[in-house]
Amino acid sequence: MTPETSSPRITITTPSDRELRWVRSFRAPISRVFAAITEPEYVKRWLLGPEGWSMPACEIDLRPGGRYRYVWRRDRDGKQMGMGGVFQEVSSPSRVTFTETFDEAWYSGHAVGRYELHEERGVTVFVQTMQYESSAVRDEVLRSGLEDGIVKSHQRLDALLLDEN
Amino acid sequence: MASVSDQAQLDALFGALADPTRRAILAQLAGGEATVSELAEPYGLSQPTISKHLKVLETAGLISTGRDATRRPRRIEANALALAEGWFEPFRALWNARYKALDSVLEEMDAAQAPQPPRPLSKRRRKR
Repeated sequence: MTPETSSPRITITTPSDRELRWVRSFRAPISRVFAAITEPEYVKRWLLGPEGWSMPACEIDLRPGGRYRYVWRRDRDGKQMGMGGVFQEVSSPSRVTFTETFDEAWYSGHAVGRYELHEERGVTVFVQTMQYESSAVRDEVLRSGLEDGIVKSHQRLDALLLDEN
Repeated sequence: MASVSDQAQLDALFGALADPTRRAILAQLAGGEATVSELAEPYGLSQPTISKHLKVLETAGLISTGRDATRRPRRIEANALALAEGWFEPFRALWNARYKALDSVLEEMDAAQAPQPPRPLSKRRRKR
């Protein structure tokens, strides 16, 4: 076994003005990745919230028309955040489409999601695409936690500006 | 501490970035330079509207206009590129953490499912 190398980079793109797509490869066969992203016993171990949150509820009825529901819990104060939806298309192990709605909508309306997987020589590429109701909503999602991003960018920019003087 | 003119530049910068269309334009320019008509097409916006957005971006120092015999391509400036990376960063960080955890889950599944090489082939795999 080789020593642990840094994990592959996630590629984030915006294929259309309402969509967000992120892609990453995994060193595992497609059937295993598919199980890990669609079976509750596995999903609840990786689909984590921000630091300090756990996932106490994870229910998945993987068939067209079947529902799924995820609940995250902030361990510090017990605050919960839930999300769920309905599966539309289920083609194991390469494709799943679903709707997504948060309990307390922090972005407006529903989103439609798509998992696509393909394997090449033992490496599985996992493509997740989300389509939101508008480009403003898509941007809102990208900006989630942007407070952080802005502060960091601001600092970076400050450094750049100071360098130039 | 940033000087007053730096502050003004920062204001212009964040004002320019507050608009989703302008951020989308920057995201597109991060992939390579483009002309006004090339930029107008994907958003279904008129060229004057795009030009207005481009002017705001250029004033903020986020893009510049190149010179060519027949076209005037806009290109992204290095500062803007750093910022563009910045606003994907929280999203990327969240999914990085999730996918690292997924890596671990996959490794454990591997260990649980596949017998290690030195094992003899006595393992029974019949199940009904």
